[in-house]
Amino acid sequence: MKLFDSLRLRTSMLFHRSRVRSEMEEELRSHIEHRADDLERSGLVRAEAERRARIEFGGREKYKEEIHQALGSHIIETSVLDIRFSLRMLRKSPGFTLTAVLTLALAIGANAVVFGLMDGLILRPLNVPQSESLYGTHYGDNTGWQSYPNYLDLRDRNRSFEDLAAFNMVLGVGLDTGKDAIVANGFATTGNYFDVLRVQPLLGRFFHRSDEHGPNSAPYIVLTYAYWHSRFQDDRSVVGRQVRLDKHPFTILGVAPPGFQGTLLFLAPDFFMPIVNQEQLGTETLSTRWTEHGVFESLGHLKPGVTPAMAMADVDTVGSYLERTYPKDFRHKTTALSREGLTSFGPAVRAFVAGLTLLAGLILLAACANLGSLFSARAADRSREVALRLALGSSRKRILRQLLTEAVLISLAGGAAGLLGSVALLRRLSTWQFIPNVPLHIPVALDGKLYMVALLLALISGFLFGIVPVRQVLRANPYEIVKAGSSARMGRRLTVRDVLLVVQIAICAVLVTSSMVAVRGLVRSLHSNFGFEPGNTMVTGVNLATGGYSGDKVPAMQKQMLDAMKSIHGVESVGLVNGYPPLVYTASTRASVFKDETSDLRPVNAAMMPFRYDVSPGYFEAAGTSLLAGRSFSLQDDKNAPAVAVINQNFADKIFGSVTNAMGASYKLQDGTRVQVVGVVEDGKYMSLTEDQEPAMFLPSMQSPMSSAYFVVRSKRDPQQLAAAIRSKVRELDASLPVDTQTWNSLLEVVLFPSRVATMALGVMGAMGAMLSITGIFGMAAYSVSKRLRELGIRIALGAKRKEVLQAALGRPFKLLVFGSAAGLLFGLLATRVLAFIVYQATPRDPLVLAGVVVAMALLGLLATWIPAQRALSVNPMILLREE
Amino acid sequence: MTDQAQLLPGTLDLLILRAVSLGPLHGYGVLLRIGQISGNALLIEQGALYPGLFRLVRQGLLKANWGTSENNRRAKFYELTATGRKRLREETVSWNLLANAIASALAQQPEEV
Repeated sequence: MKLFDSLRLRTSMLFHRSRVRSEMEEELRSHIEHRADDLERSGLVRAEAERRARIEFGGREKYKEEIHQALGSHIIETSVLDIRFSLRMLRKSPGFTLTAVLTLALAIGANAVVFGLMDGLILRPLNVPQSESLYGTHYGDNTGWQSYPNYLDLRDRNRSFEDLAAFNMVLGVGLDTGKDAIVANGFATTGNYFDVLRVQPLLGRFFHRSDEHGPNSAPYIVLTYAYWHSRFQDDRSVVGRQVRLDKHPFTILGVAPPGFQGTLLFLAPDFFMPIVNQEQLGTETLSTRWTEHGVFESLGHLKPGVTPAMAMADVDTVGSYLERTYPKDFRHKTTALSREGLTSFGPAVRAFVAGLTLLAGLILLAACANLGSLFSARAADRSREVALRLALGSSRKRILRQLLTEAVLISLAGGAAGLLGSVALLRRLSTWQFIPNVPLHIPVALDGKLYMVALLLALISGFLFGIVPVRQVLRANPYEIVKAGSSARMGRRLTVRDVLLVVQIAICAVLVTSSMVAVRGLVRSLHSNFGFEPGNTMVTGVNLATGGYSGDKVPAMQKQMLDAMKSIHGVESVGLVNGYPPLVYTASTRASVFKDETSDLRPVNAAMMPFRYDVSPGYFEAAGTSLLAGRSFSLQDDKNAPAVAVINQNFADKIFGSVTNAMGASYKLQDGTRVQVVGVVEDGKYMSLTEDQEPAMFLPSMQSPMSSAYFVVRSKRDPQQLAAAIRSKVRELDASLPVDTQTWNSLLEVVLFPSRVATMALGVMGAMGAMLSITGIFGMAAYSVSKRLRELGIRIALGAKRKEVLQAALGRPFKLLVFGSAAGLLFGLLATRVLAFIVYQATPRDPLVLAGVVVAMALLGLLATWIPAQRALSVNPMILLREE
Repeated sequence: MTDQAQLLPGTLDLLILRAVSLGPLHGYGVLLRIGQISGNALLIEQGALYPGLFRLVRQGLLKANWGTSENNRRAKFYELTATGRKRLREETVSWNLLANAIASALAQQPEEV
């Protein structure tokens, strides 16, 4: 109601104003007519009397303006006038308007996209009550208590958390509703998970701590709202229904509220199940203390008054207690607590987004500098108009306000266009499944905040470049300008425009430099040596637990599958690796190893922690890993044979000094097993492309079989046919097994993803920077040529050579270009140090990058000055001088 | 015309109030009346009258109504409101004080100081 009233008041005021204006016109006309009547009576003819009356009345427009002022606040009205006038002026120069709007649309669009990412990834808290006091442990940095028994100890011994929950991921589970089995992903959570998070169910109930009674005692699942919606079509009768997870019966207890998607931003699960049942699904056992995979993350609300630092100290105390109590199984490292959501990727993601924000800000700044110099050139060209308006009695304030209105109009138009583009882009980003078959997504925020930020940025940039010509207008002396014409002053000194251009070029050079460094890094990481040959290989993940296999049935079935795949036409070699192959899903296992002479096998005494792969005979051939010495595994390396290992060169060098020393030597595993080295293979990459060279050991998979394994199949056949053949072979053996078959190269995408995204983002930013510098230099050069056409004409008439003409016309823009590029290159090289942690091998000291930037900037300069140069050269002195 | 005096800033409003106090007038009439009562001794640009008139209306010192003039033309007639009358009295008193003070200051002869 209130809004309506104020609207009505406002419209009636507008009507009132227009009535006032027409009455005012009538009154002034009436005055002039009365005066004319008097003059006519004194003997003048009517026409002459009216003319005289108008003259005597004085500056009518000026008085109208004064009347408006006397009537008080009329900002809306003058603004409407200003806007109308600005629109007319802008329509008169469509090229200028379009360039300006596009430039800003790009810059503001880039900023809006980055803000959308930042909001989704960093600013927005997890969608749970009181998320500000919720803290969790990092996964992957070995905080020291990532096994279920350790979690239990921490939960019961800490004094900082109100309660501590934990969860693990169970990916690729076959969820069978009785009609069909579809692969789904879930969280295995402790019973208190929902209570710790203070979430209430939408339907039915959640499971609680009281539901847990030891291993496999709580066959319940809770569906997420999204999964309930898509798989069960919002069917409210699902509560109490039985489903099968990997053939084990589970009861649906309830549905989580919409908006609650677990505690990871990147991964939205389909269901939640009690962690005590996770062993049924082939995930890590809960009983061993030394494992690192029992729990993915522990989390809880800090008690009131407890700071994160206090909590960390508290957790460290529990950690050292555990280390003293279980020296064989546990080695504590300093704890790191973090806000829930991004896990150990948090710092990297934050740094990446911060870097993007910085670059996007630079783009906007460059765009503002660009538009600022455009506006100031425009103001200079319009100095005659401004002078005339000043001479006719307009106030400087009025003129400035009108110029600023123009700037803000352009910035709003640009902002709106940029926002539209960025919303479309963000929509696509949020639904983009960047790794096939993996339920990862990019959290993106699309809401009012984004629109506000875009509007704010548009207004700020509008004012920023709008005020550039202010000084020019304030200093303008109408009499001088009207007398001398617009081309009177051609200053030699450094102007605001020059400074703006240098700033802009420098910023663009920074962007171009960083994008080149990133592209080079990506190219290098694509061509580095992985220690295996991903081309022409298929990897097929089969989790035998989904088919209900256990114990000795697992290696037997795996052997059958290996033989079946080997029999496929065109297959050169087949091997198997437990867990995941190297560089797949950034997942890997490390294990402590001890020198042979070590007898006290505490984690503290470990010689190192190499990556551990359990592989079958034929794996090295299939993976294309070359053997440097010794032998690979054979079928004889089974449970009854002595423990043997193949190690990589790095392992050999570190523990035994050299490859030859390593052959035949022994070392010990955590459980005391003595392992003899029978072969050495080449070094490679295991978890990520950016890792330093790491040691790795390969053990025979038959000596420690695991139900979840990947088969590596090498063949030159068409991948799709091969995948179909592999699937049908597996189906022949057991039709119920879900099979995940992909080329190894496509799985490498996951590892390459961060640097690819970084490169893409930087590439786009670099391209935008290049575009901005082209328009900037072009504007400056074109303006300088057009201002000096007459001078150039005289030079040509006096016999100047082409080179001299060009020098006169373009020397200055060119000098500014060189200066700006040099500065930008310098800053860019400093900035790339920041890039080094995302982009593999991002080294600024790369001659190719240096040369690339110099060539790119020179090309940009050439491109941008080409048309103005042609114009300068084609000056016809005769025509030009006649015109003036 | 040459021996007309420039108006002091702020005095136009007072003159308008005075002119209108003698009876309702339209804008041109106000101008003529000021000329009449000041003995044509003041230089007022015709248009300059109107910002003053609008300002006084807005301050509630004058009220305006459309009517027909003696020339049989439509015109806006101004008359004093009660506050306008009060303001005119106050301004007249303070103007007289100021004028007397300045006149006496300017009339002082050196030997009298």
